[in-house]
Amino acid sequence: MEILVCARRVPDTSENEIELNSSGNDIERDDLVYSVNEPDNYAVEEALQIIAREGGHVTVVTVGNEDDEEVLRREMAMGANQGVLLSDEGLSGSDGKGIATILKAYVAKNRYDLILTGVQAEDGAAQVGGMLAAMLDYPYASLVNSIQVVDEKKLKVSREIAGGNKEVNEIDLPCVLSIQTGINEPRYVGMRGIRQVASVEIPALGPSELGVDAASVSEAAAKVKRVDYFVPAAGKGAEILQGKREEIIDKLIELMKAKGGLK
Amino acid sequence: MARIFAYIVHKDGVADDTAAELVAAARKIDEAASPTAIVTGFGPDLDTTCNSVRGSYVEIWKVANEALAYPNAELVRKALAGILPQGCVLLLPHDHFGIDLSPGLSIKTNSAYVSDVVSIEGAEGTFLKLVRPEFGGQVSAHVRCDISSGAILNIRPGAFKAQETAPLNGVVVDKSAEIGALTAKRRFVETIAADGGGVDISKEPVLVSVGRGIQEKDNLSIVQELADAMGAVVSCSRPVVDAKWLEKSRQVGSSGKTVKPKVYIACGISGSFQHLAGIKGNPFLVAINKNPKAPIFQAADVGIVDDILEFLPELTARIRETC
Repeated sequence: MEILVCARRVPDTSENEIELNSSGNDIERDDLVYSVNEPDNYAVEEALQIIAREGGHVTVVTVGNEDDEEVLRREMAMGANQGVLLSDEGLSGSDGKGIATILKAYVAKNRYDLILTGVQAEDGAAQVGGMLAAMLDYPYASLVNSIQVVDEKKLKVSREIAGGNKEVNEIDLPCVLSIQTGINEPRYVGMRGIRQVASVEIPALGPSELGVDAASVSEAAAKVKRVDYFVPAAGKGAEILQGKREEIIDKLIELMKAKGGLK
Repeated sequence: MARIFAYIVHKDGVADDTAAELVAAARKIDEAASPTAIVTGFGPDLDTTCNSVRGSYVEIWKVANEALAYPNAELVRKALAGILPQGCVLLLPHDHFGIDLSPGLSIKTNSAYVSDVVSIEGAEGTFLKLVRPEFGGQVSAHVRCDISSGAILNIRPGAFKAQETAPLNGVVVDKSAEIGALTAKRRFVETIAADGGGVDISKEPVLVSVGRGIQEKDNLSIVQELADAMGAVVSCSRPVVDAKWLEKSRQVGSSGKTVKPKVYIACGISGSFQHLAGIKGNPFLVAINKNPKAPIFQAADVGIVDDILEFLPELTARIRETC
């Protein structure tokens, strides 16, 4: 099975406090720690487990610039066979549809049986996989938390729905799936693994090589644009307990007793 | 202003709470809006649902088709793409169904798509100014959306308050004949109920809940020790289950269990809306997190900015001493 995984490099929210910059219109981007969008690691792991059972290859693709190569190398260190960078030169300000358009152009020039994305990235939009599928006229399932290969023409996948219940679907190949976290345990990548792929050539394709009309994926073409970031006005908010740790603990114990949390 | 539609999610003949919330969202786009409900399905449950939303909508489009008995997003997309007028605005809940349906529908209808909308700040010509959270709710973004060729907006459940209005006594219009044959490359097989095994956190009065801030599986003992000292039970947020450190039956949230405790201690939990959606009954909510900007502090009654790895053992020791 030929599998394509779409991955993205994002500011790591477990490593950073996301704050506004001094002009208050964007997040502070200096000193941000970036890493692979966490759900994308689950997608790559799932792809690797499928080819271990069924045979095939895993290609990881990202839309970005040379800084984003590190994402591809990390996923190749996990075991992906190939990384491809789709250059976003001149595309800054493009929206989710713009990203999906670039990916569609790449997919159309190749042959993949299965395309995986992480369920969502740091913007929480959860949109590119579904858009890509619709552009390709492939079937799509989101929030996938298990994949079983039935035969070379179809998969059985389950989706995570409300209350921890699962919705089981049969889906024809080729298809696009968005992978939910927790579907597997992504393998650990050590420095040694990263070093082994450090000098592998990563092809970079621009809009002209993909046959994409740059204007169609430009900021001007984007129907959805982020104007600015802001910190949402605090609601009532918590009463923050102040003082030395011992004082806070005593105050908390008193409160919990009053509210029935302690006997 | 473009015509506004609202997709009604329903189950067993009961419309989801979002049915009324989407009316409130439509009025934020256009104060005079009288959105049209679209209800897809089959059989008596469909009619019951259509009738149940007549109080909130002046017009309800009913789409009956045996293939739509279960809401398979691919089939619903085809049905909607067949009946929606060009250039309209469609509102849906941002849930497991809306996430499945809307991105593809926006491509098929050549509409703009914005997901997880929590606020609508108004319209200016053919542009809407919307708010959606990013980075797990640490910051929000203003988004400008061009609706001149239509828009699909996924609205966060609970973000818009349903308004009390006089019942509208809406009209049900049968649109079933306007959709063609429905076939899909994705076919619904069954739903499997969540594993009922393990502890039932949904009935526990006091929960000590742990999140990503615990950092390592080995550190979970400090949470269990606190729970033991309090006579409470340990629950958790999604990352702890994803890492396989605790079983799924202990997960609180929209994809886990809904809990109704008297006291909820959130330890190292950032407080995503999916997590908070699982906490009902307005418990006394204590948040302990080393990030003072964690969204959990907005939802909590009492907050403590500290590292749980240091704070919890001291709290446990003090409870053992004094209680």
